[in-house]
Parts: sequence; C-alpha cells; structure tokens
Amino acid sequence: MAENLYGLLAEFDGPDELLKAAKDSYAEGYRKMDAYSPMPIHDLSESMGYDKHRVPFIVLICALLGACSGFGLQYWVSVIDYPLNVGGRPLLSWPSFIPVTFELGVLFSAFGALIGMLILNGLPRPYHPVFNVPNFERASGDGFFLCIEAEDPKFDITETRAFLESLKAKKVDDVEP
Amino acid sequence: MATKSFDHPFVDKVQQRGLLAGACGVVILFILAFADSQQFFQSYLVSYIYWLVISLGCLGLLMLHHLVSGRWGFVIRRLLESGARTLWLMAVLFIPIALLGMYHLYEWTHTDVVAKDPILTFKKPYLNETGFYIRAVVYFALWLLWMFLLTKWSREQDETGEPGLKSRMINLSGPGIPMFILTVTFAATDWVMSLEPHWFSTIYGLIFVIGGALGAMALCILWVIKLKDVEIYREVDAFKYLSDLGTLMFAFTCLWAYVSFSQFLIIWSGNLAEEAPWYIRRSHGGWQYVGIALIIFHFFLPFFLLLQRAIKRRAALMTVIAIFMLIMRYVDLYYFITPAFGHGGASGLYRYVADVLTFVSIGGLWLGFFAMQLKGVPLMPLHDPRMAETFAGEGH
Repeated sequence: MAENLYGLLAEFDGPDELLKAAKDSYAEGYRKMDAYSPMPIHDLSESMGYDKHRVPFIVLICALLGACSGFGLQYWVSVIDYPLNVGGRPLLSWPSFIPVTFELGVLFSAFGALIGMLILNGLPRPYHPVFNVPNFERASGDGFFLCIEAEDPKFDITETRAFLESLKAKKVDDVEP
Repeated sequence: MATKSFDHPFVDKVQQRGLLAGACGVVILFILAFADSQQFFQSYLVSYIYWLVISLGCLGLLMLHHLVSGRWGFVIRRLLESGARTLWLMAVLFIPIALLGMYHLYEWTHTDVVAKDPILTFKKPYLNETGFYIRAVVYFALWLLWMFLLTKWSREQDETGEPGLKSRMINLSGPGIPMFILTVTFAATDWVMSLEPHWFSTIYGLIFVIGGALGAMALCILWVIKLKDVEIYREVDAFKYLSDLGTLMFAFTCLWAYVSFSQFLIIWSGNLAEEAPWYIRRSHGGWQYVGIALIIFHFFLPFFLLLQRAIKRRAALMTVIAIFMLIMRYVDLYYFITPAFGHGGASGLYRYVADVLTFVSIGGLWLGFFAMQLKGVPLMPLHDPRMAETFAGEGH
C-alpha cells in the first residue's frame, strides 16, 4: 500500500499553523513536500527550502538575447542586406537602433519570465494526485494543506502520519497516486 | 502610535553643521563674488539648480504620494515635506541670480547682442527681463502655495485627526501635478535652457522633473537608513520598505535614461542646425567623456545593481548607491549647464574652488534647513485614515 501512495496530506487551521508545520517538517528533515493555501503566505516557500530563484536568471538571458537579436536584425537589414543612404547618415546609425533593441529585450524577457515560470512550476499539469483527496478544493477557499510526498527518503507511512498529527493537523489523509 | 516629535542626535548634528557650513560658505562666497562675478554666478547656478531640483522633487513626490497612497509614501512623507519646505530657502537664494546674476549668465539680457541677433529679437517677447521676473514670481508663488497648504494640513491632521483633511490633500495634489510639471518645465526653460538661447527642446523640463524625483528619492533612502532606530520607524518596521524605495529609485533611473535618450535621439535624427550644437558642444573638449560616464554610471551601473532584491535590502549597499546617485545627479546637471558657458569664466583652480564652495554652502544651508523642519515633527503622519488600511494585513 505504502509504495502506491503519492504522499500524506495534512490539513491545518490557518496560515500561521501551516507556516509552523512547514518549518517543523523541514527541520525534521523532510524535503519533498508542498504547501497549498488560498493566498500567498510570506516566508512559506523559503521555510520549505525553496530559496533558489531561477526565473530572474532566465529573464536576464532572454533580455540579452532579445537585445542582441533586435540590434542584429537592424544591423543585418540596414548594413548588409539592403543598405540605404538616409540623409547622409552612416549605415550603422546606432542611436536609431536603440528603441527596437530595447523593445525586443523587453519582449523576450516577458516571454522568458512567463514561459520560464510555467516550465519551472511544471505547468500546465492536467492531473495532480492531491485532488484525489476529498475536500482538497478548499485549498482555493479556506483550506490550508501540507503534503509530504512518498518520494521523500525519510517518508514512512506510520511515522510520517504520526509526525503530521503531532503538528496539530486537523486531519491527515492518504493521497492516492 | 502615540509617539510625538522625535529627537535624534544625527538630525541635530546635520542642522548645526549644515547651517555652520552654509554661513561660513556664504561669507567666503561674498568675497569670491567680487573677485570674479562671472565665474561665481556660473558655479552658483549649477549648485543652486542642483538643490532646487531636489526640493522640487520632494514636492512632486509628496503630491504623487497623496494621489497613489502606498506604504512607502507614509514612511517618507515627513522627509518629503521637510524637503519641500526648503523651497522658502531656495526662493531667497534665487535673489542673487535675479538681481545680478542674470546679466552675467544669460546673453539675452544684453540689448546689443539681441539687437544684432534676429533669432533673439524674435524670441524677445518671451526672453526679456520683465517676463523673467514675472514668471519667476509666479513659479515660486505656486510652489510655495502648494507646499504650504500640503504641509500645513498634514500637521493639522497630526494634531486633530480630522478625517476631511485627507481628501483636501488629495484634491489639492490632483491639479498640483500638472501645475508642477508645467511650472518646472517653464522654470527649467527660463533658468537653464535660455543659457543657450538659440536652442530648444520640449522634453527638457521633464528631464528636470525626473532628475529631481530621483535625487529626492536617493536623499530619502539615506535618511530612512540613518533614522531606522527612531521609535515610530521601528513600530512599522520602516526598514522593510527600503526595498520599495530602492525600486522607485530604480524606476526614476530608468525614466531619466528614457527622457535623456529621447532628447538625444530626436535631435540626432532631426540633425538640424539650430538643435545639434547643444550636443556638439557636449561631445568635444573632454565633455564627451562626461557624457559616456553619465550613460554608464547614471544608468547602466545603478540599473543592474538596483535590479537585485538582495542589494535593495542591504542598508550598507543602499547607502553607497544613494550617495553615488546624488553625485551622479550633480555630474548630470554640470554636463547640462557648464558647457553652455563655453570659454567664458575663469579656468583652472578658481573655477573648481567656486564650484565646490557654492555646492557646499548652498547644500549646507539646504540640509540645515531640512533638519530644522524635520526636527519639530513626528517622523510619520499620526492620524492619516489611509494608514490604518495600508498597514493592516501585515505578515501574510
């Protein structure tokens, strides 16, 4: 039974209890876990060890890529492929290239931020086991949940259940895969 | 929040030292002014505009705060009000320029030059002494009126807690913003752009508006860091908003780059004989290096530094960045104003002495005056009804 389980889902009374439970579980050594709450809770993701922010790095790379392609496109068009003499200005008139370079940098960063966020979050995700638990929909209403996943090396069906109950969980449910 | 006016040794120190430096500086400047009036007024104008623009930036941000609310605004409202109240001082310090300086600074005040120059003759209905005086009086009257009412009502709100004062401040700030942008644009045109009376640029005033907001924000950041242990700041954990203030400084840095580059791009694209000389003058004789330094240090460096949240939360780094930005504000204005004088004025040591002395004396007076305004009042508004809702729901 245990090896078929996705994990254990504990429900808590409110944001403070959930935050405390997440901190305690992390201190206990659990790593593969996730918290579900109707609203953002300050420090919650940091308390579970999600302290790496990789989206900014993706955005930076995309911004540089966008700026380079914006400048490169204009350079190729106006210097190499179709050189035109406009008012005697040099072909490489960089001041007039800046707006498009900037705009493409912004465009690429916006795409990078959105798509990078979705990929890193594993979205879109049509199926997730936690929804097998009745009442889990309340995570978008008034429910505060912490799920410790079976993949966690420290996971043990009885011990973990006892541990979650010791954190004053209202209710602990098995999550079918 | 029952804390009344606060006492902080640093504020007293700034007040004493600032006023002392200002007073000593004024005496020395008085002597310098007789030694070489032309150079004196050239240096005086740069320093005066630098501090004036920060006062105005405080007034503009104060009105913006009333209109958009937000926690950052309540944290720095008293600093902005004190900054705006230095406009009294700046109005007095304008008198030397108006009485004597304008004949040394602006060539359109010389009737023989105007008579020989068809463009200046054409512009005479606007660029003449009477118009200059009348407009200066109007600008200061409007700025002082808005500043006076906003700070007066804010103090009354502290004392009485009358809820109607909130809407009065909001209603005054609404028309205040267009009034502010128009008057600053015209003032920048009169006092700085007309140094090169053939040249014109319509985005010019906006560069001053945004530069002022940037300078004011940098100054507020320094004060918030310095005063973070004051009780009323500890109660709301003012330090937490350092990163918001840093983000706003970042925004104004970007906006400064945007408007400065827009002016350059339009003039570069137009390539017209009456517009281009402004940049030609500023890209020769060493000025080109100042221009490149501005691009790198007034934009790219703060841009990449202030992008990072980790930096915006560290007081030591933010202090360095804010001081750096205040220095770059001076470089920017120096680059705007000084090349206009061409080869006129003294060269070498005397020029730098005059630059530094005017900056220190006006700055000393400004900071002393600022500290004096700040000292008597609670560091944050006490009874603004918007504060309860803004600071509610903390933590989650």
